[in-house]
Amino acid sequence: MSDVVLEVRDLVKHFPSRSGAVHAVDGVNLELRRGETLGIVGESGCGKSTLAKMLVGLERPTAGTVSVRGQEISRLRGGALRRSRRNIQMVLQDPYTSLNPRMTVGDIIGEPFAIHRDATPTYGRHRAVQELLEVVGLSPDHINRYPHQFSGGQRQRIGIARALALRPEIIVCDEPVSALDVSVQAQVINLLDGLKQRYGISLIFIAHDMSVVRHISDRVAVMYLGKIVETGSDVAIYDQPTHPYTQALLSAVPVADPRLRDRRGQITLEGDVPSPADPPSGCRFRTRCWKAQPACAEHEPLLEIRQRSAHPVACHFAEVAQAL
Amino acid sequence: MTDIKAEMDVLPGMDPRAHLLHVDELHVEFRTRDGVAKAVNGVNMWLRPGETLAVLGESGSGKSVTAQAIMGILDTPPAHVTGGRVLYRGVDLLKLSEADRRKVRANRIAMIFQDALSALNPVFTVGFQLAEMFRMHRGMSRRDAKARAIELLDQVRIPGARDRIHDYPHQFSGGMRQRVMIAMALALDPEILIADEPTTALDVTVQAQIMKLLAELQQQRNMGLILITHDMGVVADVADRISVMYAGRVVEEAPVHDIYSRPAHPYTKALLESIPRLDRKGRQLNVIPGLPPPLTDLPSGCSFHPRCAYAREICSRDEPPAYQIAPQRIASCHFVREVLGV
Repeated sequence: MSDVVLEVRDLVKHFPSRSGAVHAVDGVNLELRRGETLGIVGESGCGKSTLAKMLVGLERPTAGTVSVRGQEISRLRGGALRRSRRNIQMVLQDPYTSLNPRMTVGDIIGEPFAIHRDATPTYGRHRAVQELLEVVGLSPDHINRYPHQFSGGQRQRIGIARALALRPEIIVCDEPVSALDVSVQAQVINLLDGLKQRYGISLIFIAHDMSVVRHISDRVAVMYLGKIVETGSDVAIYDQPTHPYTQALLSAVPVADPRLRDRRGQITLEGDVPSPADPPSGCRFRTRCWKAQPACAEHEPLLEIRQRSAHPVACHFAEVAQAL
Repeated sequence: MTDIKAEMDVLPGMDPRAHLLHVDELHVEFRTRDGVAKAVNGVNMWLRPGETLAVLGESGSGKSVTAQAIMGILDTPPAHVTGGRVLYRGVDLLKLSEADRRKVRANRIAMIFQDALSALNPVFTVGFQLAEMFRMHRGMSRRDAKARAIELLDQVRIPGARDRIHDYPHQFSGGMRQRVMIAMALALDPEILIADEPTTALDVTVQAQIMKLLAELQQQRNMGLILITHDMGVVADVADRISVMYAGRVVEEAPVHDIYSRPAHPYTKALLESIPRLDRKGRQLNVIPGLPPPLTDLPSGCSFHPRCAYAREICSRDEPPAYQIAPQRIASCHFVREVLGV
């Protein structure tokens, strides 16, 4: 389990804008091991989708590196970049806009083979696509249908089949189930989980739904305003969170059990996430944090193991909350 | 202000002792080129003052269409109410003239929507839109209306309300915009508030703020709240009673504690087992096979039978009646005893 397939170092993405650069991702470090699922959670605007795009080379980082199996892909161009993508694929959020409505399912899932000709199995593209349809739980007979003939959950399966086509080692899923109905979500989550076991794929699973992320992830990273504020095993993050933001985020998630209604200690955060175009100095969470001290504005807390936190956390006052 | 409400009390046939709201065998269908979509097929529900009724269902279950029929804002055509009654204090709203209906809307029953950005008018300031309600419905002067608008924004806890009334909807964040919409819905002191997925588009920390605000305002005003949602977590947090909808029918109705501990309908049961939960980490989620049926071609008998683990022959033949299984508990399933395990 120790071999690292994906390594991200000091990754930064700034988008220029009239009111100064938008700091979408601001110094992210992470690694993904073979066969592991890393969940990335955070609210809208925290930079998780920008991070995903940089991982698969759809967005060029302002600074920092993304390496797949030791090879740095963030500076590659042209053919070399294309070849590197074979190993890291993506599943997108919206199954209605991420599939070309004018292409048949066969063409959509087979397109990776058209781009990477040498990766086409010897028995031909057609059979390969049929096989993929079967793997994701769709009928191989549907190869000539168009996306609109499928439901949302089925379309997401098509997207997953496309990502699987080249047998990548890594799949980055950006909110893969948030557009789906609850009864269909479970089908897709189970599918992803099964594929991971079956092919030993490593997954980056990005979502805003804390419960879904816990269910599928081995490790979890929590993002806030372009930075990872806490990272650790799913038990560490969900049962012993030490960052105030993680604690607030978890306490805000409604649990489907009315008996817990008044027993859960809810922390309600005031206000909104500050603009990434003008992030607060020091700790970015301090403007909404109940623990904030003057020092938080001056010294940025680093993501590291601390006296009262057994896993890396970016807070000067990190500790396990008494009751959650 | 109160005199206008009093004047409205002469709505013909109004009975203050009748249910605050009672939806009785409501049927709605959409007539489209592809056929008739039966969106609501005999829905029954009722609401008391101060109570929160959660209407739970997936997309296409008919929950929003039911709400729109109660509000009288269905697009006709293609939508047609083909049967049933919507009784507000004993008055059938479906039989009122459009002028009378307008008096009920916002004054008696108000609604908030998922997407505040498209529910608010982008070319008028928030203050203007709020004040307009007082000027139109209450005949207030501009000055008084503006004062009331500021007061309302204060009540929904928008910081700096005095200045922010001059802002346009796009200048507010998602959470703040939702507060503006709540302010607008509550402006005329309605007795019933229908909230259609009010927090679905929001982040969890903001969702928590909004749900807390709604609960407080509801309590202050002893308002009946119909919360339409697909989120079983939100429901567990705030609802008193739940109506679970599937394919245009209420398949189960129960007090909140009963439904989570002992669901009586196979759909409710399967749904509860299929959601990942923060406090439980299982390896495999229970899956409901298949998809909700197309509304243009509903299965015979019980609409859920093709996906149901309990289904037997009778289910594809006879539509199950609504069994009263306990006071306030109703479930439409032939095998309700089996599902409950009795």
